[in-house]
Amino acid sequence: MSTAPTEDYIDASGGDWDQVVEAAQKSSAERLVVNMGPQHPSTHGVLRLILTLDGESVTEARVGIGYLHTGIEKNMEYRTWTQGSTFVTRMDYLTPLFNETAYCLAVEKLLGITDSIPERASVIRVLMMELNRMSSHFVAMATFGMELGATTIMTNGFREREMVLDIFEHITGLRMNHAYVRPGGVSQDLPASAIPKIKELLVEMPKRIKVMRKLLDENPIYLARTRNVAHLNLAGCMALGLTGPLVRASGLAWDLRKAQPYCGYEDYDFDIPVSDGGDVYARYRVRVAEIEQSLRIVQQCMDRLQAGPVMVEDAKIAWPARLAIGPDGLGNSPDHIAHIMGGSMEALIHHFKIVTEGFRVPAGQAYAAVESAKGELGCYAVSDGGPRPYRTHFRDPSFVHLQAVAAMCEGGSVADVVAAVASIDPVMGGVDR
Amino acid sequence: MGIEEKLPSGILLTTVEQVAGFVRKTSMWPATFGLACCAIEMMSVGGPHYDLARFGMEKFGATPRQADLMIVAGRVSQKMAPVLRQIYDQMPGPKWVIAMGVCASSGGMFNNYAIVQGVDHVVPVDIYLPGCPPRPEMLLHAVMKLHDNVQHEKLGAHRDREIEELDQRQLRTLPLIERPEGAQR
Amino acid sequence: MSTNEHEGKPNLNSEENAPARRGEERLTSPVRGTGLFGAQTTGDTSGYGGLVVRGTAPLGSERPYTDPDDPHTAFFDDVADKIEASLGATDVGYGDAVERVVVDRGEITFHVRREALLTLARRLRDDEALRFELCIGVTGVHYPSDTGRELHAVYEFRSITHNRKIRLEVACPDADPHIPSIVSAYPTNDWHEREAWDFFGIVFDGHPALTRIQMPDDWHGHPQRKDYPLGGIPVEYRGAKIPPPDERRSYA
Repeated sequence: MSTAPTEDYIDASGGDWDQVVEAAQKSSAERLVVNMGPQHPSTHGVLRLILTLDGESVTEARVGIGYLHTGIEKNMEYRTWTQGSTFVTRMDYLTPLFNETAYCLAVEKLLGITDSIPERASVIRVLMMELNRMSSHFVAMATFGMELGATTIMTNGFREREMVLDIFEHITGLRMNHAYVRPGGVSQDLPASAIPKIKELLVEMPKRIKVMRKLLDENPIYLARTRNVAHLNLAGCMALGLTGPLVRASGLAWDLRKAQPYCGYEDYDFDIPVSDGGDVYARYRVRVAEIEQSLRIVQQCMDRLQAGPVMVEDAKIAWPARLAIGPDGLGNSPDHIAHIMGGSMEALIHHFKIVTEGFRVPAGQAYAAVESAKGELGCYAVSDGGPRPYRTHFRDPSFVHLQAVAAMCEGGSVADVVAAVASIDPVMGGVDR
Repeated sequence: MGIEEKLPSGILLTTVEQVAGFVRKTSMWPATFGLACCAIEMMSVGGPHYDLARFGMEKFGATPRQADLMIVAGRVSQKMAPVLRQIYDQMPGPKWVIAMGVCASSGGMFNNYAIVQGVDHVVPVDIYLPGCPPRPEMLLHAVMKLHDNVQHEKLGAHRDREIEELDQRQLRTLPLIERPEGAQR
Repeated sequence: MSTNEHEGKPNLNSEENAPARRGEERLTSPVRGTGLFGAQTTGDTSGYGGLVVRGTAPLGSERPYTDPDDPHTAFFDDVADKIEASLGATDVGYGDAVERVVVDRGEITFHVRREALLTLARRLRDDEALRFELCIGVTGVHYPSDTGRELHAVYEFRSITHNRKIRLEVACPDADPHIPSIVSAYPTNDWHEREAWDFFGIVFDGHPALTRIQMPDDWHGHPQRKDYPLGGIPVEYRGAKIPPPDERRSYA
């Protein structure tokens, strides 16, 4: 991959190092093409950046993705609609509950049961999503700190995230990849012991956020690395289709939770944090403020939780069994097994059919979007009337946001590329799917 | 107050293999190879709650040249496989690989066109760690198992003989379904 | 997989397709789809439940698009009027651009001829009455049975000013998979179009650099098309082989 001497740049983006050095020594070029990633500590996941440098400044930044392409959308076409939940949760693995909810909202729209989702299920969804927003933002800040070499931010962020993950594990049984939100509701009710845990978080978390703010808000080193770095104004955001904290940090209070409410968000009282800085620091401020607003929503969810079912009543859609913890782990409850194996042949047939074949979804297409921690997360689902998705596509915010890397980095210094990418907070699992 | 004082004349007898194994296992530097969900759990292991620093392993190397353990954390796509191999080749020996999570071990639930069905198609794997994703405690357990293996690893001609024996044993192994006791296991 | 026969047929000129009657229509429409083990009836071999699959999505909707009972549909007539008026100012007529309109599940879909796509996209962005600032992206869908219109590109547009969302659907034949690129109007579509090319082989004419984005550069084929296999391998467990998901017995 040596560079032809007629071109006025040095290509150090791959190949045999000896050849690269040899070509560089022969050349009198000032510009240098380097490769960041796809495996590099200062990139967010398996992201590849191809930078053209003129000294310390970046003249061109290109992004290469696809290193984590998993074929989730195609795989879902061979599984039932319910099993789809298990796949989508693994896309953007920092916001699993948003993926599941977006998918389930689309499936419910196709089924025409949007209005019959039980109130309690919607409240639990909102509760889980807001907790998830907090954990995702903590990771965003933690990895940001790590990539700038500030390990304290990283350890603090991960410590705070553990608190949320403990609650997730208590409710869903898993720290990540929950598959908790299912078409028609959620897979199981909150355990009674989850309420005190969440209340504890509501007391503890504001203190932790205060510590984070004290550490970063006025920190001169942090300000120097973030103020006026990777600036993008609102026009740029719109042209590039940015949503979420990025567009809110550029001064537009656009939030799907307010604009197109779903899961009953219209009934909650919260603010949309906005900043007009348009730089990395503004994005940080918006994220911290969003964590505080999420705490408000979680508090309201606790007040709104009323006893009731957590799955739609239609037995043709709802999962037939309740889950319970047995000696060999989580599984169908003993009562249910006794019923289908000893009590009712029809119930056994029904269980068998709904579990193996799944429910059928009327033909058509639907798009449902949620405001994930990163921006607008949309699910476009097509059904041909069968028990499996005909096609599902996810509009992942990280995928769109990574297109802004060039706009944010070109003309800046090479050290700020890391800050810019980290402030976008892309998760490659979502980008590549 | 060390162990030496309890020994006659301050002499500690051991083998070269044990010394080399001990030194290797206590100064193991991982190369970052976070790919997907498991990478987040791997980072949690480095965080304060699980604290990989207890094993002297908190220095996740930026460069494969200064690393001897690769934790493949997540699904390996067809596009990533050559990169993975290149990084593995850049690591100096002796080197070890942990396949973290089912995707890295066997492709997991993603049995499709995009994902390499197990990272052992690309690099030799020492420890397979199941789970989707494995809990941080499970990764710690895998690391300790690996330490154990490294501690007792043979050197030189002994190592060659050991490899030969293991190969022979694996060749003779029947699939579980054909073993008389397989059904009960 | 059952077919998608409603695509590619001309508009139905009957007022039964009005959205207000849609639910009733679906209930009375004939049973479709085969069931378990190829059953031609409801597919319910157990006799337990009356599991019935009825109808397909509507072929095309007639005005009024707005269903008074559904607040989500409130702006549909308005946006259709505005598009008609806006296209009147260009050399592409509304009738030439929009083949048919489908109102389904509280969403409006404009089926657009590919020749008119770029003009329409520009009007959607620039016309003050429309102001769709945000293109959510484009994705492909492959309908092998829809002869002459096998590949569909589906665009979602969101207007922040008016808080609206519409969908455009453009079809092209597999033999001539060309659709004009709208990157010049909506730069955000750059990667989305590359992805649709990568996965479905739709060529977006006028795209600045239409290259593969997710798959390796030297990959053959477009993996998310229906004629591309899932590509899994049989899994051996305790000596027994389990085929990959796409080769197992299917209930559909």
